[in-house]
Amino acid sequence: MTRRIADVLVVFVLSATAVQAAASRAEGLAAWQQVYSVLTHPRCINCHTASDHPDQGDDRHRHAFNVVRGPANQGVPGLTCATCHQRANASTGIPGGPGWKLAPLSMRWQETDGRILSSGQVCRSVTNRATNGHLDGAALLEHHSQAPLVRWSFAPGRLPSGALLTVPPLTHDGFVAATRTWVEAGTPCP
Amino acid sequence: MSLATYALTVNGKAHSIKVDSGTPLLWVLREELGLTGTKYGCGVAACGACTVDLGGVPTRSCVVPMSLVGDREVTTIEAMANDAVGRIVQDAWVATDVVQCGYCQSGQIMTAVALLKRLPHPDDRAIEQGMGANLCRCGTYVRIRLAVKAAAQQLQRGRTP
Amino acid sequence: MMDRRTFIGVSAAAAGGALLSLHFGVPVRAQQTAAAARPPDAFVHLRPDGTIVIQINRLEFGQGVHTSLAMILADELDADWSQVRAELTPAAAVYVDPVYQIMVTGASCTTAHEFQPYRELGAKTRAMLIAAAAARWKVAGSACRTSKSVVYGPNNRSARYAELAGDVTRQPVPQTVRLKAPSELTLIGKSTRRLDSRSKCNGSQAFGLDFAVPGLRVAVVARPPVFGGRVKAFDDTIARADAEHLDIFEIPLIKGSGVAVVADRFWTAKQALDRLRVDWDLSAVERADTVDLRRMYRDLAGAPGLVALVRGDATTMDRIGAADRLVAEYDFPYLAHAAMEPLNATIRFDGDGAEAWVPSQSQTLHQAAIAEVLGLKPEQVVFHTLFAGGGFGRRATMDAHLVREAAAIAKRVRGTPIKLVWTREDDIRGGYYRPMCAHRVEIGVGPDGLPRAWRHVVVAQSLYEGTFVAAFEIKNGVDLSVVDGVADTGYNVPNLHVSAHQPKINVPVNDWRSIGNSHGAFVMETLVDELATRAHVDPIVFRRSLLAPDAKKRRRVLDLMDDKSAGWRHALPKGHAAGVAVHECYGTAVACAVDVSLENGRPRIHRATAAIDVGLAVNPLTIESQVQGGFAFGLLQLMPKGAITLKDGEVEQRNFHDYTPAYMRDAPVTVDVHIVPSTEAPTGCGEPPVPVIAPAFTNALFRLTGKRYRSLPLVSL
Repeated sequence: MTRRIADVLVVFVLSATAVQAAASRAEGLAAWQQVYSVLTHPRCINCHTASDHPDQGDDRHRHAFNVVRGPANQGVPGLTCATCHQRANASTGIPGGPGWKLAPLSMRWQETDGRILSSGQVCRSVTNRATNGHLDGAALLEHHSQAPLVRWSFAPGRLPSGALLTVPPLTHDGFVAATRTWVEAGTPCP
Repeated sequence: MSLATYALTVNGKAHSIKVDSGTPLLWVLREELGLTGTKYGCGVAACGACTVDLGGVPTRSCVVPMSLVGDREVTTIEAMANDAVGRIVQDAWVATDVVQCGYCQSGQIMTAVALLKRLPHPDDRAIEQGMGANLCRCGTYVRIRLAVKAAAQQLQRGRTP
Repeated sequence: MMDRRTFIGVSAAAAGGALLSLHFGVPVRAQQTAAAARPPDAFVHLRPDGTIVIQINRLEFGQGVHTSLAMILADELDADWSQVRAELTPAAAVYVDPVYQIMVTGASCTTAHEFQPYRELGAKTRAMLIAAAAARWKVAGSACRTSKSVVYGPNNRSARYAELAGDVTRQPVPQTVRLKAPSELTLIGKSTRRLDSRSKCNGSQAFGLDFAVPGLRVAVVARPPVFGGRVKAFDDTIARADAEHLDIFEIPLIKGSGVAVVADRFWTAKQALDRLRVDWDLSAVERADTVDLRRMYRDLAGAPGLVALVRGDATTMDRIGAADRLVAEYDFPYLAHAAMEPLNATIRFDGDGAEAWVPSQSQTLHQAAIAEVLGLKPEQVVFHTLFAGGGFGRRATMDAHLVREAAAIAKRVRGTPIKLVWTREDDIRGGYYRPMCAHRVEIGVGPDGLPRAWRHVVVAQSLYEGTFVAAFEIKNGVDLSVVDGVADTGYNVPNLHVSAHQPKINVPVNDWRSIGNSHGAFVMETLVDELATRAHVDPIVFRRSLLAPDAKKRRRVLDLMDDKSAGWRHALPKGHAAGVAVHECYGTAVACAVDVSLENGRPRIHRATAAIDVGLAVNPLTIESQVQGGFAFGLLQLMPKGAITLKDGEVEQRNFHDYTPAYMRDAPVTVDVHIVPSTEAPTGCGEPPVPVIAPAFTNALFRLTGKRYRSLPLVSL
């Protein structure tokens, strides 16, 4: 009797694993390319800089007003990110989200001269548990799905001029789906 | 336009404000409460003349709509004379004869107070980075640097038993 | 506004007798008498509580005259300085500038024009106080003396000024007074902290924008995107949708028209303005375009224009070979003033009178303009002067456009006080800029490296053509402001030919702190530097050899700057370079040396050493601040985003993110200022520091990059 239940369970588990393993390495790499296209869009990469300051704008120019990274990626005493950026987009034209700050230098996705890192370089950086905050595949999926600043980049609001900020090439749902496929494939890197 | 009623505490005093939800905190302070020490310089957070303390963070009130203030308390330049660090900064500003037209100075002082509260011994670089987004067209930067250092020294003396 | 040379011209002619003054046909002697005829009680109020309130007939907009004029009067008055306060006067004939016969704050003229008159007012009041005490005690006035707001008489008698205030008004105003000898001065010449410092540090100082009266409403104006455009139609349906109590109507502008929105609050007015749909008629206006203008200006500069100055033999150049000629073309953009306090004016029109509160650089002109719009006489407009958050020339224009706009609005909402507010976007985009300009210079260089001939063409819009000062600012068709710094150069340039083209462009222009010197000095000081390099001569030594012998102030400041900076200039760390410049304008000379390096491609000014000759220095602390501040202000000319440009008639910049002046990291870290000791008549210091910083910096940059920069701003190095 126990053995029969166990057999059933094993079959179930094998089936489930078989469904999850349906994402092949090729599919995973393709999905990663989609993820990469979002990560390197200005909405995301403007805060994943290699320098002591954020960037802004679709042309990724240096953020105005001399704002700087600071020791905890949140600006410096007297001039923090929260000095202007609030917990949500402001109707006054300043984008905002909870915990607005720069990504740590370990999560830089460009060179100091602004050249965007290659797909392989970014992939390896994102999956390096020693520097990515100990996130495994499932945690990365959760991060892409739930993290407020990630979600912000798909609804970034307006500028003071009234113009809408541009959004990444996928919707948030599309981004999460691509991430899931990539994770299911074992987070392969090119 | 959506009118809403907000509970707002400014300099320790509670107020009930009824304005459009998109009204920046700056204009509520200036026109609903008559606290004109906080200034309008640009409206796009570029100059710092509108700097207040919002929930302990130096904040550019011209870009914070009332809908995003929440229950955070506001402290303005008018309260700095009663603030231990604020008073020392104001005295240093006066002793150093910093001001010219003075229009940017409320924001400069609010920023300097925030800087010194977090970093009581700022070096030149920290002063320049912390004060680096406050615009002064009269060019009082040289004297601001000196006054911040003077205030830091005074704070240090105050802390020495 | 008007400048020193006009004053000098008038004074020189005064010896000839009945020469017309600057304005309104009043003989020159009457101007001097006008100052002498000022009643002291219009300038000094002795309060019962012992405070002494001195009336300042200027705008205080940072330059410190609120304190320095008070010092001048208080010194002669023997007032207790701790009891002295100062107030800005309303518009009234008794407060006009004694030379210009209007109320005006500009041309760095305040100290120069008011030093003597304010001393006399203080001395006369003191004399009247002594007379009052002497009468009370029945003693001779000569037996009395004063000190710190007290009159002392024989037999230990004393009376505080406050006690004598009532008696003083009954005393006759003396016709002449003895002024203090230099050794008797207690305030004049001493570094004195500003009277308005504390209030500006605790939020209590009110500026124009802060002014409020019961019932005040706020107005903002939709302006045409191209200067001079007019309203064809407007649709305020959406603007009115959610807002109550809005007044929206068309108003005339100096050229064309706009739409005023009046509301109870600024934010309400601004929201309505943003939702207003205006159909503009731009058919009849010229669309200025920076790219086209630069080309046009360069072409114009290729040929001589209206002659401003000819010295020596203009044909000398023809005999100088091409190898010995230096040809340089410069171009400069429009510049906005961008004072920290946006423009504003508050007016209430009552039908038979009006009241105005304005941070104004020309109160009597503004009063007259308001009266004209409202159909009143000037004296029916009570005009109050408020503190200004900077000005730099922007708070007065020849056409008084700001107060005319406000008056037009006040007229429509008669009985209600309205505050017209220009948003920052209005300010950046609204015109009245320092004109864009081009210079073309050809220098024939002698074997000693000194110039032997110099042909100079300047292209810039005229500031004063068609205005009420045209008679004094335009000579042979040349607007003197166009050739500022060039035609009046202190260099002993032989065979000098200066001419100008003054195209008419549909962009309003205005005085900008130091006016034409802002570009004239840049050209002269970079070219002289280039000549020095070419001749392998030290830039300071070269300037000494080129300066005219009678350029006394320039020589003094050059020497003092050299002395005070030689130590660091000759010991610069690797990667640093020094640059120098010297200039004189409005009667004051300034020299500076700057220490510059490049950090990640961005320039950094580590320090500046400045020397200034203002004649007698009334308040050394003010002078030091003006030099430090003038340098930071002047650096706007070099900032990559410091240019106003137009594309197809529309200004391209909007706010400080794309029109970016110097922040702290762009300004020198330290500026040490050295004042030439002098007892000569005082001259001003508001503008003179501005013209030297940009060329000194650029001269240093040459030593770092090997490049000469002739097109401003410095977009890339």
